[in-house]
Amino acid sequence: MQVTVTVNGQSYTRDIEPRMLLVHFLRDELALTGTHWGCDTSNCGVCTVLVDGLPAKSCTMLAAMAVGHEIRTVEGLERADGLDPVQQGFMTEHGLQCGFCTPGVMMTARALLDRNPHPTEDEIRRAIAGNLCRCTGYENIVRSIRWAADNASAEVTS
Amino acid sequence: MQVPAEFDYARAATIDEAVALLEQHGEDSRLIAGGHSLLPMMKLRLANPTTLIDINDLAELGRISLDGNVLRIGAMVRHAELLDSAVVAEHFAILRDAERVIADPIVRNRGTVGGSLCHADPAEDLSAVLAALRADVVARGPAGDRTIPVRELADGPFQTVLEPAEIVTEIRIPVRPGAGSAYAKVHRCAGDYAVAAAGAVVWLDGDTITDAGIALAAVGAPHNVGAATEAAIRGRSADEETFEMAASTASQECDPYTDQRGPADYKRALAGELTKRALRTAVARSRGEQV
Repeated sequence: MQVTVTVNGQSYTRDIEPRMLLVHFLRDELALTGTHWGCDTSNCGVCTVLVDGLPAKSCTMLAAMAVGHEIRTVEGLERADGLDPVQQGFMTEHGLQCGFCTPGVMMTARALLDRNPHPTEDEIRRAIAGNLCRCTGYENIVRSIRWAADNASAEVTS
Repeated sequence: MQVPAEFDYARAATIDEAVALLEQHGEDSRLIAGGHSLLPMMKLRLANPTTLIDINDLAELGRISLDGNVLRIGAMVRHAELLDSAVVAEHFAILRDAERVIADPIVRNRGTVGGSLCHADPAEDLSAVLAALRADVVARGPAGDRTIPVRELADGPFQTVLEPAEIVTEIRIPVRPGAGSAYAKVHRCAGDYAVAAAGAVVWLDGDTITDAGIALAAVGAPHNVGAATEAAIRGRSADEETFEMAASTASQECDPYTDQRGPADYKRALAGELTKRALRTAVARSRGEQV
């Protein structure tokens, strides 16, 4: 089937099988390999992308289901004037070690801050409950998101 | 790499078109809503539909409204939307309690109320809660609409009484005065199914429990309901003695099995303890306490 999917504001048309999952569409059809592919069971969250601004696990969504919706991946975080505060926060506060979970956590964090620019620590921890990290113990991830909230200048907030 | 087997894909623009597509593609076709139960099962070949009918465009099924004394929840309402709904929180704290511990926030953005019910997983929290609340499900098929009590929707694990060409459109919960409700769940980690969970909804007249609904999830209770516990506490005083009796009745009437989430006797003990805690909170809430 032919699908046209909008990813990071750009429209892509491809011939795919209906069974193609969104994560493989992004990685294999569009070469957007920033979105990682992990557990395949909607548990780990490394494949998290935004669908109309809300985090979704792209291993558990068909590419066909993305037609008509705005998909945003980690490649779409950077702004014309530099990195998203979330990306800056992960650099500044060492929010990653191996980096495998990072794209997913950053997308979840972006969506959280879009909705709630000044989250409490409890709200941050609850928001990332669907993103597993096996390196950091989450402490630095929480600090990174806190940094992004504290340093979100008007120009770089979406 | 886990990928579903081949299937055909169709999108429905209206409820009636979804019914027509189900009729056209036969009983091996399935509706897909959030897909967070169906797609994992398809990856494992536990479900092998030949056609998936995508109902995510049916915005008319995405509403929550209070209509007189009935709370109406569209089948495509996402778990996250149910959790965030002020009218839901006002009338049924048990739904908010449960939604906070169903899957994780990302999954809750996709998973739907109707999908949870139709999946009929005996360990699923929302199905148990809606059974305790004596909710009804409205289903549309080729012959029109019919209403099915949630307590009669599942006729076995992962099976429902729905006809092959029926689609659940709405959940209706009666709102009656004097109610309080709560849900208590023990799970191993964020996003996991319950080791055991219990919910309680009570209606009080003074200190007397005039009616009650008891949810028991993941512990082998028929229709996820503690029917014997409901009968045992109806008409009794809302006090610790009654809560203890409810706990022991719930422990006795459930029938859990041993698995990787815990041994059967532990789950049985949990079912009782969680019933007691949920009842205690439900009674406090019906008295207007903020708990």
